[in-house]
Amino acid sequence: MTYQADEKGYYGEFGGAFIPEMLYPNVEELRRQYLDIMKENSFQKEFKALLKDYVGRPTPLYYAERFSKKYNTKVYLKREDLCHTGAHKVNNTIGQILMAKRLGKNRIIAETGAGQHGVATATVCALMGIECIVYMGEIDIERQAPNVARMKMLGAKVVPAKSGSKTLKDATNEAIRDWINNPVDTHYIIGSVVGPHPYPDMVARFQAVISEEIKTQLKEKENRENPDYVVACVGGGSNAAGAYFHYLDNPEVGIIAVEAAGKGIYTGESAATSALGKEGIIHGSKTLLMQTDDGQITEPYSISAGLDYPGVGPMHAHLFRSGRGEFISITDDAAMKAGLELAKLEGIIPAIESSHALAIFEDRKFKEDDVVVVNLSGRGDKDLNTYIDYFDL
Amino acid sequence: MNRIKQKLQEDKKLLSIYFTSGYPEIEDTVEIIKSLEENGVDFIEIGLPFSDPLADGPTIQESSTIALKSGMTSNKLFEQLKDIRSEVSIPLIIMGYFNPILQFGVEKFCAKCEEVGIDGLIIPDLPVDVYNEEYKSVFDKHGLKNIFLITPQTPEDRIRFIDEVSDGFIYMVSTASVTGSTKGFGEETKAYFKRISEMNLKNPQVVGFGISDEDTFNDATQYAKGAIIGSAFIKHLNKNGKNNIQDFIKSVRPV
Ligand SMILES: Cc1ncc(COP(=O)(O)O)c(C=O)c1O
Repeated sequence: MTYQADEKGYYGEFGGAFIPEMLYPNVEELRRQYLDIMKENSFQKEFKALLKDYVGRPTPLYYAERFSKKYNTKVYLKREDLCHTGAHKVNNTIGQILMAKRLGKNRIIAETGAGQHGVATATVCALMGIECIVYMGEIDIERQAPNVARMKMLGAKVVPAKSGSKTLKDATNEAIRDWINNPVDTHYIIGSVVGPHPYPDMVARFQAVISEEIKTQLKEKENRENPDYVVACVGGGSNAAGAYFHYLDNPEVGIIAVEAAGKGIYTGESAATSALGKEGIIHGSKTLLMQTDDGQITEPYSISAGLDYPGVGPMHAHLFRSGRGEFISITDDAAMKAGLELAKLEGIIPAIESSHALAIFEDRKFKEDDVVVVNLSGRGDKDLNTYIDYFDL
Repeated sequence: MNRIKQKLQEDKKLLSIYFTSGYPEIEDTVEIIKSLEENGVDFIEIGLPFSDPLADGPTIQESSTIALKSGMTSNKLFEQLKDIRSEVSIPLIIMGYFNPILQFGVEKFCAKCEEVGIDGLIIPDLPVDVYNEEYKSVFDKHGLKNIFLITPQTPEDRIRFIDEVSDGFIYMVSTASVTGSTKGFGEETKAYFKRISEMNLKNPQVVGFGISDEDTFNDATQYAKGAIIGSAFIKHLNKNGKNNIQDFIKSVRPV
């Protein structure tokens, strides 16, 4: 039994490539080549060098002493917040820009919700001198002005998605339409472990550096490679996929996935896909997604823009369905409180996405000698306005 | 014999119209179908609206959003179509994305199609490989033809595979684009039409995407058996409602 993707991109019953024929040549080209390209020595060398010298890896694995004391267990934070651009997203965009170059593409498109993935994409495009177009929902453009400005400074063109609900899922639709219209010269850098095969597997492999480092670092600190639990927040699920990757097939390591409950799972304003979702097709992948009985995709809600997606990647749907993963959902209020708490106890202001992962300790109790690694996927700079408004700072 | 196969044997170039069911008004579906038949349209694609139509441009998206807002659903569509075969005899094809069909239940959806007299389906995001392995037998059982798309980028061996799996016509997407986004066909597109016609496929080809008027209809059908108009007709509906459908059809194919 493996929790990795099979060669057709299925995780159990989830995954695959449900794409219109217009996308077939692009996706097929990538599918045929991604593993071979990733295996090339020159690719690995360039990827690792950039992760080290440009992104600032390895990111520390930090023992959060005061936080641990409060919850009476051993909590380590994997500091993805210290990556260049402020979140784990850049691990994937570095990998994909190198992939795009090897595929001979000279135009990059991406979708973004809060703007983190858009910034990470614009960053690597600036680094490589490649044209970059980022689709962003019209409503998100208004909500996330600083990230829009960052993308523009980095030379990207930000195109408003005006269709549907004008948020992340519509930005993704627009990016896919762009790819249909530009089938030869363009690579689409998807920002999470979502979309048609091979994207979920490819993005997971680029993010796998997170758990690779955790293994070495934990060995140094605790003289063991395997924690008892790895905890991560799940929007589409890329930071979680990276944090779980090398532990997926090791039953000794508990996997905890944290979703956004928004204002409460059953309030109609939530993004808790595992609780509310049903099997279906979104953005080319068979997975769990929030939808009406008639199969129309519904609009999720979370205070955290990065968790505000109506689906989860197929890996996570499988972890949920098979029982391999423990799924917990956290409300806006609980997440905000946990974010503030980490700031006060450890001097680290987390992204609100990551705050969701930290919030589980309130109710989910661990043993005193359990080693729990929390993937701190990003820093809170981008969320300062939300923190200010929420706490009246 | 299946109505689609029969229609394809007629000795003429076929004109097909796509429209989104439940648009412009939710109860317009049946009247639009009747009016299209009366005005000589050869077959019809009835769009099942979807919240996230990936392969469509703004015109069809917008019409889908409006139809959904008015309360259009799969159940509603089958209800509207329940007596359609007492009035309409041309082939009717439902075009929709896979998720609503999956939620309805593929088997149940096919059974409903058979019951009301639908002849075929076009599901752009159901790949031919998955169809072939998982759903073909259900479609066959209910006498439904599934229509597949090819594009200028589709490799020859894949076109041959699609031709083998198909039993009706092949939907030739005119250019690499979403619906509604081209203005006339250039030499490259015409060369693609010709290239495909010279492949001697067993299924006739019908061209869609970017056909909006008499010129583009004639260009598309120079080599192909027929052509499908979608966005341009939706725009006409948007402007005129369901009146004057006759004018639109005449402007494309004068009698
Ligand atoms: C800091 C941070 N964490 C988590 C996420 C959620 O994405 P994923 O679930 O793919 O890691 C985002 C997305 O924008 C993010 O910016």
